[in-house]
Amino acid sequence: MATKKKKKTDWSKEVFKVLKKADIRQIAYVPDAGHTSLIKMAVADNAIKPVSLTSEQEGIAVLSGAWLGGEAGALLMQSSGVGNVINMLGMANECRFPLLMLVTMRGEWGEFNPWQVPMGQATETVLDAAGVIIHRADDPAEIAETVEAAAKIAFDSGRMVAVLIGQRVVGFKDWTK
Amino acid sequence: MAISYKLQRRKVVHQILKERGDAAVITGIGNAVHDVASFNDDPKNMYLAGVMGGASMVAFGIALAQPKRRVLVITGDGELLAGVGSLATIGVEQPKNMSIIVIDNQAYGATGNQHTHTGSGVDLVGIAAASGFKKTALITTQAELESELPKIHSEPGPYFAVVKVTNKSSPRIDAPRDGTYVARRFRAAVTGESM
Repeated sequence: MATKKKKKTDWSKEVFKVLKKADIRQIAYVPDAGHTSLIKMAVADNAIKPVSLTSEQEGIAVLSGAWLGGEAGALLMQSSGVGNVINMLGMANECRFPLLMLVTMRGEWGEFNPWQVPMGQATETVLDAAGVIIHRADDPAEIAETVEAAAKIAFDSGRMVAVLIGQRVVGFKDWTK
Repeated sequence: MAISYKLQRRKVVHQILKERGDAAVITGIGNAVHDVASFNDDPKNMYLAGVMGGASMVAFGIALAQPKRRVLVITGDGELLAGVGSLATIGVEQPKNMSIIVIDNQAYGATGNQHTHTGSGVDLVGIAAASGFKKTALITTQAELESELPKIHSEPGPYFAVVKVTNKSSPRIDAPRDGTYVARRFRAAVTGESM
């Protein structure tokens, strides 16, 4: 159990380093257990403005504004939130705003809550339909490099990119127990 | 039955824009685009001509990135209602350099003037105040508009006003419609970096 926990913190630390290297200044989020460490690091970092959202669609809008104002940002959310962003992605697509989304997956590997399954299973399909480039990471060792590659496509090539962090990585602990 | 108001949206928006200085202006979808574009096609205008509910948060992202610049949102009641949770987020974040002006015709003007909730009593000023906006105003007359103008442009925010207007739309004056063009022109104008 202790090793599992350490593993989780480690990938978050590496990902945070990658976000810092990409000069990310705004981190918008709707919490997910899998993003707990990243959110804590974002809040503790003086150069990063953390923005807690009521809904993921606000995140697409705030990151679009970040870019318009000359800064880079990232959106942290759970796969269930992907359904909330689709229409707003139309704006980012039309304007070619760079978007970096880190999505922790639910509704796939060993899911215990049946309500999570429909959106989790639809996540890749709907992001693809909305024109988002999708990178998946199912091994903790490859998450940081995947985020680094995604940040490059997002900010250097001006594209919408989502990194889907598999539920196999995040784990399927029942947080209610 | 909704109360009717006399202020004309286009005149109101033009009067606000006359004193914008170097402010960035973000419009919501629909008439707000035409109201702003008909004053002038300033490169520091970002016309969000195609989504409901995003204007305030786009402006907030700009306000974070450009803390020394005033950022004005000019949007409609329908657009704001579609992302009303943004008021809670912005109320919590307290950006000092941001003002939201809702041109409230109590109707979805672009789709046939169907009623919005503001015509049935939903109080957007009350929602903004309860969300923590520093300064709020309900503007229904020319005199009230004039007394609020300096606050719109320079009161430490977040500032929020609803301007109640007649539901008659003015002639359609289009802004440039290509999002990539408007966005890159805007970014270059506010950051000083080339496109």
